[in-house]
Amino acid sequence: MEVFLQQLINGLTLGSIYGLIAIGYTMVFGIIGMVNFAHGDVFMLSAFIALILFLALQQFLGIDALGASFVVVMIVSMALTGLWNFVIERLAYRRLRGSFRLAPLISAIGMSIFLSNFVYVAQGPRNKSAPPMFGEVIKLTSGGSYDVTLSYKQILIVVVTIVLLAAFWFVVQKTPLGRAQRACEQDAKMAALLGIDVNRTIAATFVIGAALAAVAGVLYMLYYGVVNAADGFVPGVKAFTAAVLGGIGSIPGAVLGGLLIGLIETFWSAYFSADYKDVAAFSILAITLIFMPTGLLGRPEVEKV
Amino acid sequence: MAGATQPGPPASGRPGNGPNAGWKPVAPALADAARYGLIAGALAFPILALRAEPDFSNKLVLQPRWSWMLFAALGAFLIRLVFALAPARAARPKPTAAEAPSAGARTATKAFAAFGLGIIVAWPFIVLLTLGPSGALKWIDNYGIQILIYVMLGWGLNIVVGLAGLLDLGYVAFYAVGAYAYALLATNYGVSFWLCLPLAGILAAFWGILLGFPVLRLRGDYLAIVTLAFGEIIRVVLVNFSALTNGDAGIASIPRVTFFGLPFVAGPKGFAAWFGIPFSPIHRVVFLYYLILILALVTNLVTLRLRRLPIGRAWEALREDEIACRSLGLDTTKIKLTAFSLGAMFGGFAGAFFAVRQGFVSPSSFNFVESATILAIVVLGGRGSQIGVAAAAIAIVGGSELLRELDFLKQVFGDNFDPTQYRMLLVGLAMVVMMNWRPRGFVSSRSPTIFLGERRAISADLVQEGRG
Repeated sequence: MEVFLQQLINGLTLGSIYGLIAIGYTMVFGIIGMVNFAHGDVFMLSAFIALILFLALQQFLGIDALGASFVVVMIVSMALTGLWNFVIERLAYRRLRGSFRLAPLISAIGMSIFLSNFVYVAQGPRNKSAPPMFGEVIKLTSGGSYDVTLSYKQILIVVVTIVLLAAFWFVVQKTPLGRAQRACEQDAKMAALLGIDVNRTIAATFVIGAALAAVAGVLYMLYYGVVNAADGFVPGVKAFTAAVLGGIGSIPGAVLGGLLIGLIETFWSAYFSADYKDVAAFSILAITLIFMPTGLLGRPEVEKV
Repeated sequence: MAGATQPGPPASGRPGNGPNAGWKPVAPALADAARYGLIAGALAFPILALRAEPDFSNKLVLQPRWSWMLFAALGAFLIRLVFALAPARAARPKPTAAEAPSAGARTATKAFAAFGLGIIVAWPFIVLLTLGPSGALKWIDNYGIQILIYVMLGWGLNIVVGLAGLLDLGYVAFYAVGAYAYALLATNYGVSFWLCLPLAGILAAFWGILLGFPVLRLRGDYLAIVTLAFGEIIRVVLVNFSALTNGDAGIASIPRVTFFGLPFVAGPKGFAAWFGIPFSPIHRVVFLYYLILILALVTNLVTLRLRRLPIGRAWEALREDEIACRSLGLDTTKIKLTAFSLGAMFGGFAGAFFAVRQGFVSPSSFNFVESATILAIVVLGGRGSQIGVAAAAIAIVGGSELLRELDFLKQVFGDNFDPTQYRMLLVGLAMVVMMNWRPRGFVSSRSPTIFLGERRAISADLVQEGRG
């Protein structure tokens, strides 16, 4: 029972991070029908940006108050990662929108390789251990065979995720930008005819997706305390799995899928084998795509001839 | 050639066409370039300008490198300035009909291909005669064999990606199956390489069918992602199934290649003694070179012949339009599975060769980056074009080997500068640039296998690729 409770807490924390990344995949797929393969590496980049900003605040400005620097780091890395993804979309994807179907995917794979190697070259191949932050834990149970703990980090991750999802939900549902996005997702040509700047809307989608990935990056850096230039690939594939499992194109589906993948991964590691946890995630991806390509909350794809 | 001497009105908008004709005003261009420079500077700010390095107590300390950020900003500014000032190019007229290549052009292409093949066949001897046995080793091994392995892998993947139009991101799995098949059979049961080579191909083809079956229904990017997942699953299993594969440590001391039973050793039973020539380690390398050359040429030959068979034509039909293909009554299951398994088979051959060349296999040789490199070769070469794929393999693999030679750059950039770490950076960049600049690769025109009267190359602009 204690193990179960502990894994539930860990799984929900991890799932929140996957959910935040998955939104970026699902929004881009919904609006231009492309798997943004580089999204995982954008996430990794944001974790690096966050780490460097933390260190810069500490070493150059002498700010040690964690709460204050956390907010600053979060906002600045969201802005910078958004700018990165804006530029990536402009340079690598925009021209390919009318091209043959696999061109944007191949360009995105190239971008993914470029980004991870760019960070590798710029920051070196070694793991970077972040200074410990928010290390305190609350004991939920004690006296049993095993103490169930809830760390401040985990509370922070879940709270930040919920707040940002609420803000994001508001943007998509209530603002003109969100309306434009939903319109482009349904029919980009019709939206353009009605006076929506489709290019700008798509660019905004990339920026928002990257900003959410940046939040995930900051939280990931906090949670694991270690970042590496190769860290974008596996979380990226898992978040994509989450997006597919939830139904690609569906934003609530992405969050739901993220939580499910987080839970499956932690329970699999706890009860079966930690060595094969990536195999579990990859198998779920394959099985979902083969047997249930619309996912849990997705709309069926209509084949037009 | 003829156009240069032909009299006539010069094309408008060219820089040579009068003073400043066609050049844009400077002030807006400067402002535009400044904007780009600022953005590049902002992008570079944390990640390039500050490097986090652990100090003696393993605590991360930032080392400022503001000059890098300045270079990035300046570079973006200058590149944009050039683009903003450069005269607008006249839009290229779209070709309206298939242009038949002139007879001269065709013989020139044929002569060039024959010349290239001649160079490749004679390569070990050219190098041996010019550099001597000790100097030639590197050039035959790193440049010859290494490139040819990738040419073969590229040609194998070209069947799947180029001909059948199925994007396979897990091709390296079949390469791994071939390599481990030889490594395990040879170390555990002492099976010879010549028996293992076909076995490795058959096993890989079998795996191709096994992995191909579940993904039959998937198309386009979903297929790509699932094959990627399969590739990663195989790698993770190779890492963790230690009882069989020895995990991350890999399998060492795999038996080396023999000359049809004659080992390349110094003793009286070796290859050199049998032929009565003095022993030299170069014999084995030269033999490996010709072995992979033959394997690669067989791949090419089989592909070229298959293209003329109904199955090859069905592959190309599938690539152009899957829905049309199905409505004409073609069995897409069969088409996809044959493409998958044949591509996998050549990957398996290449894998067995890799194992016998290295004498060592480990899971780290079969990661996603390897798949992406092979895919980049096929994509840059032009999917479907055999000669383009070979050219791209030479450019990417040869180019990254050349990066090792650039030691003089250390004097420019300091001792910590290691050109080889830029290899994948450049490959990724090349994929992006190539997709944006020429989405169809070096060789973008298609020449149909079946034609009426005379063969015509179809320009890429005319090819409309269907979904799938």
